[in-house]
Amino acid sequence: MAMAALRREGRRFAPLISPRPITAVRSSPIAPSHEDEGPIGVRYISTQVVRNRMKSVKNIQKITKAMKMVAASKLRAVQTKAENSRGLWQPFTALLGDLPSVDVKKSVVVTISSDKGLCGGINSTSVKISKGIHKLNSGPEKETKYVILGEKAKAQLIRDSKKDIELIITELQKNPLNYTQVSVLADEILKNVEFDALRIVFNKFHSVVSFVPTVSTVLSPEIVEREAESGGKLGDLDNYEVEGGETKGEILQNLAEFQFSCVMFNAVLENACSEQGARMSAMDSSSRNAGDMLDRLTLTYNRTRQASITTELIEIISGASALEG
Amino acid sequence: MLRQASRLLARRPRLAARTRPFSTDLPAADQTADATFTEAWSKVIPNLDPPKTPLSFMQPRPPTPSSIPSKLTVNFVLPYASALATKEVDMVIVPATTGQMGVLPGHVATIAELKPGVLSVHEGNEVTKYFVSSGFVFIHANSFADVIAVEAVPLDQLDANLVQKGLAEFTSKLSSATTDLEKAEAQIGIDVHSALNSALTG
Repeated sequence: MAMAALRREGRRFAPLISPRPITAVRSSPIAPSHEDEGPIGVRYISTQVVRNRMKSVKNIQKITKAMKMVAASKLRAVQTKAENSRGLWQPFTALLGDLPSVDVKKSVVVTISSDKGLCGGINSTSVKISKGIHKLNSGPEKETKYVILGEKAKAQLIRDSKKDIELIITELQKNPLNYTQVSVLADEILKNVEFDALRIVFNKFHSVVSFVPTVSTVLSPEIVEREAESGGKLGDLDNYEVEGGETKGEILQNLAEFQFSCVMFNAVLENACSEQGARMSAMDSSSRNAGDMLDRLTLTYNRTRQASITTELIEIISGASALEG
Repeated sequence: MLRQASRLLARRPRLAARTRPFSTDLPAADQTADATFTEAWSKVIPNLDPPKTPLSFMQPRPPTPSSIPSKLTVNFVLPYASALATKEVDMVIVPATTGQMGVLPGHVATIAELKPGVLSVHEGNEVTKYFVSSGFVFIHANSFADVIAVEAVPLDQLDANLVQKGLAEFTSKLSSATTDLEKAEAQIGIDVHSALNSALTG
């Protein structure tokens, strides 16, 4: 029992000599810094936690800066191609006009998105617009199907529109984009999907910070004939002589297929540009945020360091004055 | 402090002068976007802005003039470049499927498919010749001609030896072809190479 009393006494005095964790009383936004071991009697606050965090935030800042540079160089490469391909769809629109509000039974929405993430909100915008078009074109006797290019749109659309998806194509940018690849793709889509109107949804590249969601409509030859006969925007089409040995219908068929591949080529390039631009701005804002966080952590670190120095000084001085007095 | 102020002042005009480095020249955004589409969209999906359509990114074409203009405006576009963009020329000869077709200002509106052959652009006394693989040509009533081709090369970049070799290769492929698809592909190869041949010789 005396031993127990002594042990209790020991425990009461022990905290004075052995280290024990102290919760930080200073306002630190991060996990409480803990007391460290030193020579018996000295207590100082550790800055290890803050230092670790600073190191990781600095690494993140470096990585996002590097990603921004990579995206910038990729953007430069794709941008010249995209701008050169802009002349490709204009003759078709000049000839056939642009009828996004055409009333058709079967429309197919071709959603173009990226495979990789960390590119801001462009893929979500494309998916929202595609869903909007789907809603716009649904009704009795009308149906809308999806053809998806890119992993990100696939992930979002497969959740609620799984039954409406006809075709999914991914890994488009494994090889640099070229017309041959896109025309093979267009061929696949034309072979496997029935459509009256194809609506291609993509992000058109205006500048590094501005991407405009756009929808291009390509009509099937039958619908073109129907609209031409009924007058309106395509009414002038009948005035055009059709040269060629085969019937007008065959030429219109070839025309529609060619138009689809040209419009797809431009759309894919523009979307690639938008993706790189969006990634540049996303990584830029992320490295800026990391910089801000690093500044705040540096302040905390300095405060912690200074507080520990002050504590040390106080202890030494009070110990010295205790000895004197 | 004064040093700081001068530094800030020096920085500001630089920021203003630094235009967005990647901004591209887009043709004037026309407001002739399809009104029915935007209306229908805002009814069904009120929270989202309607997407733009190609019409808003294109400069409108001039209407048909009453008298025949003196020059033909040609747009010659390829997937990788616009070889000619609204260039005013005297005459263009296109290799349509029905034969070489000459296009002058005031030509009747036509849609024609192209076969592999030589496209020549006549401007004053100079003639520029390209070999086009295939494509389409639209001739509009307002003396605008749009030639859209998949591949076009100036004639001096063609190599006669490779043309002969290609021709021989595809002829042998045709004779050894079994399925219709292979026969069609070999036939296409032969057509292109014999057109290349006649382009180089003729």
